[in-house]
Amino acid sequence: MEKFLNHTGVGAPLRRSNVDTDQIIPAVWLKKVTRDGFEEGLFSAWRSDPSFVLNQDAYKNATVLVAGPDFGTGSSREHAVWALQNYGFKVVISPRFGDIFRGNSGKAGLLAAQVDDKVVQRLWDYLDTNPGATITVDLESRTVKAGDGVDAIEDSFTIDDYTRWRLLEGLDDVGITLSHEDDIVTYEKSRPSFKPATL
Amino acid sequence: MGKTLAEKIWDEHVVRSHEGEPDLLYIDLHLIHEVTSPQAFDGLRIAGRTVRRPDLTLATEDHNIPTTDLDKPIADLVSRTQVETLRRNCGEFGVRLHPMGDIDQGIVHVVGPQLGLTQPGMTIVCGDSHTSTHGAFGSIAFGIGTSEVEHVLATQSLSQAKPKMMAVEVVGDLPVGSTAKDLILSLITQETTGGGQGYIVEYRGEAIRKLSMEARMTICNMSIEWGAKAGLIAPDQTTYDYLEGRPNAPTGADWDAAVAYWDSLVTDDDAEFDKVITIDASTITPFVTWGTNPGQGVPLSGNVPDPASFEDDNERIAAENALRYMGLEAGTPMKDIKVDTVFIGSCTNGRIEDLRVAASLIEGHKVAADTRILVVPGSVRVRLQAEQEGLDVIFKDAGAEWRGAGCSMCLGMNPDQLTPGERSASTSNRNFEGRQGKGGRTHLVSPDVAVATGILGHLAGPADLAELAKAGA
Ligand code: SF4
Repeated sequence: MEKFLNHTGVGAPLRRSNVDTDQIIPAVWLKKVTRDGFEEGLFSAWRSDPSFVLNQDAYKNATVLVAGPDFGTGSSREHAVWALQNYGFKVVISPRFGDIFRGNSGKAGLLAAQVDDKVVQRLWDYLDTNPGATITVDLESRTVKAGDGVDAIEDSFTIDDYTRWRLLEGLDDVGITLSHEDDIVTYEKSRPSFKPATL
Repeated sequence: MGKTLAEKIWDEHVVRSHEGEPDLLYIDLHLIHEVTSPQAFDGLRIAGRTVRRPDLTLATEDHNIPTTDLDKPIADLVSRTQVETLRRNCGEFGVRLHPMGDIDQGIVHVVGPQLGLTQPGMTIVCGDSHTSTHGAFGSIAFGIGTSEVEHVLATQSLSQAKPKMMAVEVVGDLPVGSTAKDLILSLITQETTGGGQGYIVEYRGEAIRKLSMEARMTICNMSIEWGAKAGLIAPDQTTYDYLEGRPNAPTGADWDAAVAYWDSLVTDDDAEFDKVITIDASTITPFVTWGTNPGQGVPLSGNVPDPASFEDDNERIAAENALRYMGLEAGTPMKDIKVDTVFIGSCTNGRIEDLRVAASLIEGHKVAADTRILVVPGSVRVRLQAEQEGLDVIFKDAGAEWRGAGCSMCLGMNPDQLTPGERSASTSNRNFEGRQGKGGRTHLVSPDVAVATGILGHLAGPADLAELAKAGA
């Protein structure tokens, strides 16, 4: 996994709440057995609507998605994270994320930055009046910034310490755990015999 | 201070805990299926790793598989590739698989309990959010993403931050005609789709104790729909009776040892929950959704709400979007809504009890002229059991379709899909836009409401069927 320190990119305002992972990528797109090529299915139901944010020229190259609360609820499909990444997104900003989606993002290297409701509202307004403007997200200082001068937006975002550290270091989870294999072996020795086995 | 049930199970599974890091939890059972596993097996191959405990892993084919023409190869090539990939991976890594055509094939959350693999006090994960179903046995069970599937395959463990603890106390008795599904749908509407976020929820109280295992599974299944990490119910005699004699349940001295342990799986009297919600089961009536998330529901006797009645901006906009998508007018009585397709099945309501209830209500009636009812058992064994009891004949006589086992129209990955604008009453768990097919409109309902709706052609409950019988008599 690549290290994630900070990112500056075009922000796209997704003025919707409760964007579940079925909206991010519908089930018909989940039949692939690879991790790439999911960008085509991203928000597929909305992509045919010319007024949809990602269909507007200004947001074509967006890399920072600014969404309403409860983004990524529902199905556990990590394909939702891959679809966002395959499309080019590096960061999703929302006041509240679905638990599994947030976990998946951390594992796959997409930054899920949780901010206050008001910050999302201000970013939306800013992006609407300045289409194509960029947002800077700094993982080290946990800050999100946009605009200049008196109207500049600067606020902090939350992300748990452990996920932040792993993203900053670009660490592979399985590798970290296997470095504690002794603990797993010790635990296994103490498991009761009545626990079920499949084989 | 005492511990909650979930804290006890959690603490017993901690392999490693370290200040500032999530706990490393041991996983007792890892269930897998074709959709969320291919990239995980690929990851193992690339890193030259093996499956650490194939003996704690079980695979089944469910999401993609057709429910008709079961003797033919899967027609959809991409679906077929995914299923074949699972078969190859299970072969290569030594994982037990129940493929199409196998007697133990079915929806992963129906198969685990049915085999007796799901037991109290376990940690159970699966690359599927409805893994919460297994919490009905008093275990911590939750859905994970594909990276985590790979992690569990390689290490049989998972790093997890300990969630907060919530109790849902269900007092009183469910009235006749109200079901576990109505209870959980009501709860989700009350608490919204984000209300359980960050919590493991223990469902407690007299009304819960009186529920059968299958009804408890319906409740725990939908924990994820209000955002909870997991939902669980303390094991009791009902749990033991369900488990005893199942193929993977313990036997002999192991059974006694297991029961002695299971008896300890209760929340201590002096344990403290971070949050407690109390609901009165006696107030629950048949409940249905009108919108595009499971928190947008009303009693069946109610009307489509007016978006203007929501104070919260986001909720109001969501309601406006939902009504537009659903093609509904504010103020319309729910019972006036005509339904094209009724889907009875899924890991929420596709078990034998659900089919028994559905069959008993449909017997002697005919499916409405412009409506179809699809009955899809949750597993092959459920299908065979139903056929043994003659339920398939009752369904077919009434004009319903009797299908093979799988996820089917719950998510429309196989050919069972709604067409744009088509409206369903579905016993599944998600009414998201396009979930059952692009442009499809879903109302979540209990099996009881599903059957009454299929017979009358519009959203209706068992009480309306009784009226019909009276009028006819
Ligand atoms: S029945 Fe539906 S919810 Fe259950 S596992 Fe299958 S697709 Fe998921």
